[in-house]
Amino acid sequence: EMALSFEIIARFNRARAARLTLPHFTCQTPLFMPVGTQGTIKGLTNSQLEEIDCQIILGNTYHLALRPGAELIDELGGLHKFMNWKRALLTDSGGFQMVSLLHLADITEDGVTFQSPVDGKPMLLTPEESIRIQNKIGADIIMALDDVVKTTTVGPRIEEAMYRTLRWIDRCIAAHKRPNEQNLFGIVQGGIDPILRDICVKGLVDRNLPGYAIGGLAGGEDKDSFWRVVAQCTAILPEDKPRYVMGVGYPLDIVVCSALGADLYDCVYPTRTARFGTALIPEGVLKLKHKAMANDERPIDTTCACMVCKNYTRAYIHYLVMKNAMGSQLLSYHNLSYMMRLSRDLHASIVQGRFPEFVQGFLRTQFPNGDVPLWVCNAMEVAGIDISACCEPCKTDQHVDELL
Amino acid sequence: MRFTVSPRGSSGRARVGALFVGDSPIPIETPALLLSTKKGLPVFLSRDLLSSLSSPNPSLLHVSPVHFLEGPTPSVISSIGGLHNMLALQNCIFVASSRDAIESLPESICANKLGASFETPGGRRLIKPSDYMEVISSLKANFWASLADEVPSWVSEKRNKLSVDRTVQWLDNCIALDKAGGTNIFGSIVGGSNVEERRRCAAEVAKRNVSGFFIGGFGLGESMEERPRLLSAVLDKLPKEKPRQISGLDLPEEVLQGVAAGIDLFDSMYIYQLTIGGFALVFPLDILKGQKFSIQLVDGVDATKINLRATVYRRDTSPLVDNCSCYTCQNHSRAYLNHLLNVHEMLAQILLEIHNTHHCLGFFNSIREAIKCDKFDLFCKMFIEGRRAHLTTSLSS
Ligand SMILES: [Zn+2]
Ligand SMILES: [Zn+2]
Repeated sequence: EMALSFEIIARFNRARAARLTLPHFTCQTPLFMPVGTQGTIKGLTNSQLEEIDCQIILGNTYHLALRPGAELIDELGGLHKFMNWKRALLTDSGGFQMVSLLHLADITEDGVTFQSPVDGKPMLLTPEESIRIQNKIGADIIMALDDVVKTTTVGPRIEEAMYRTLRWIDRCIAAHKRPNEQNLFGIVQGGIDPILRDICVKGLVDRNLPGYAIGGLAGGEDKDSFWRVVAQCTAILPEDKPRYVMGVGYPLDIVVCSALGADLYDCVYPTRTARFGTALIPEGVLKLKHKAMANDERPIDTTCACMVCKNYTRAYIHYLVMKNAMGSQLLSYHNLSYMMRLSRDLHASIVQGRFPEFVQGFLRTQFPNGDVPLWVCNAMEVAGIDISACCEPCKTDQHVDELL
Repeated sequence: MRFTVSPRGSSGRARVGALFVGDSPIPIETPALLLSTKKGLPVFLSRDLLSSLSSPNPSLLHVSPVHFLEGPTPSVISSIGGLHNMLALQNCIFVASSRDAIESLPESICANKLGASFETPGGRRLIKPSDYMEVISSLKANFWASLADEVPSWVSEKRNKLSVDRTVQWLDNCIALDKAGGTNIFGSIVGGSNVEERRRCAAEVAKRNVSGFFIGGFGLGESMEERPRLLSAVLDKLPKEKPRQISGLDLPEEVLQGVAAGIDLFDSMYIYQLTIGGFALVFPLDILKGQKFSIQLVDGVDATKINLRATVYRRDTSPLVDNCSCYTCQNHSRAYLNHLLNVHEMLAQILLEIHNTHHCLGFFNSIREAIKCDKFDLFCKMFIEGRRAHLTTSLSS
């Protein structure tokens, strides 16, 4: 049983552009999914999110279960209705949030034991409980509870976590009460060990899930290990199911992962960095707090057609980001617009058969001096995209320093 | 600018007017509310939200030159083309005056003969007429008030008199420094709680070549009871055909007081304060059509607003106000607002500001309609009595 259809429209080598039809919305991949932890994305209204083309929003099960509570969300008709979001939603299992936010989380075969932040009592999040809560929240995609270990962990703990993740997926599947309305994705674990990753992928694929996530990345591992794990997993995951790389949100990482055949991404980076006054631009980042911005009458990004770039100068935003709520509101708007534009560009360039040109243009802009990182070059070789022309100094007078 | 005003017999001094700005054929109808801003932008409303609120009329925004002391610099603002271009709000009308209730509070003790003093987030700032005019000329606001030495009602007679002398002097300085030749100045009037000083200041300012008047020094400690007398003292001295702006009258009753005295424009941080506090305005707007104050306001502190933080709204799926056509009420429930406030999400303020702004603009619309049909006195009476009746009911139940 599954509640989605995944239709690949075009390919370039491993990269794919697809139409993902979910119960609430039909999305186009590759796709970045903004994180709306507590049933809202920092300072943006639903109409603004639609205007910039957001298609799937992430909710955090851990936060939502605390406030307003899964029972209340269910009673009021589910999260879609509660926040009046007409498009697709995805919820995580809650496990990652607990392990990363709570010091006292302890993982046993039963589940994740943690101290309630409300009354300090010990609580247990089991795979069954995670799915029960996610069934109540009602997102289009729900995530299996996995045994999360820090990316930098080594040794037998990695193996234990991978096997436990496989045991837990059966408990998740058994607990899932709404398979016709919600899609349960399994999460591939196994650290940076190719053998463990291979066992995990095969184990999950045997369960024939509607989609698969690659977990345990974007947590401080070296970039070479990162792309190799992605490349390995995408190579053996089924072609006809969506692939979601969890926690990935740097534009460069998204381009590389898409070239390797991944489809979905999520990260708090674009909105978090906005709150610190940083804008995402094709050249990299622009720090609006920098004093050079005080007299800069250009838009944040001259190539961006978003509401912010059409209307405001860097100089004005410079003075807003220091203090005003509106400053981070405008930067979040632009940054998410940028991520959604990147998603559209990836999709369109694959469909139009010019994906290599898009990747080359992207890298040229980010690395005008030709200093494309080695891990990107290696990954692109595996993806079958020739970027040799990007790896030498750019002849144009475009200067990154000038843009800060 | 062109301002036409048509007072109505039975509405006393209350008047409806039409303010034509620039070449726009669409007038701003008065009495009107100036929406508060920080650095020229409404605090939580982005431009798309703003235009949906005021449409089809242009938005009327209050801007404080004091907010720009730390930047952008006057030369950058001028180079970008003034407020309208910098904020990309070409169709909005900006009215500049220095005071607001949050980030630019008059600080009378530190003012001196050189300039006015303000408490700002960046510390206390002394502003001379020349500094003020440098910012004013870069902003290119549609209207601006001269620099005023506003003092609270409790200062000595001597200090109060001094504030009148300085304010008149600074008006002359501002006029002399105005590159546009005085075509859009509102002359500032002060005088505290002293009727004589109020008259003196109004008479002096009225002699100058100004386009309108900014009435300062209200909402600074005077009682509601003494206010009508002070307002009449000022307004008696002012020509009827020029617009009058006031600062510091925030609550619905205070606005009614101002309208009754003949005020046309109100700048106020009331919406901002409500929004920050988690409140939504819910008082009836169609009072003359018999709409009553709701008797179901469980936590209705004062019968005009509800506190969305209250747990009673946790599972309340109704909109803030039934039949309200604002974006918030059309899309979201009290329960969602309650949740957003509980988890400290900024969308709470955005949604509340949308509704509260919409509601306040609706209130001003009702006021204008009441004046137009000669029922303003009845409107005030029904508003105040309706509220009192509600309060009595809720106390006895
Ligand atoms: Zn932009
Ligand atoms: Zn409303």
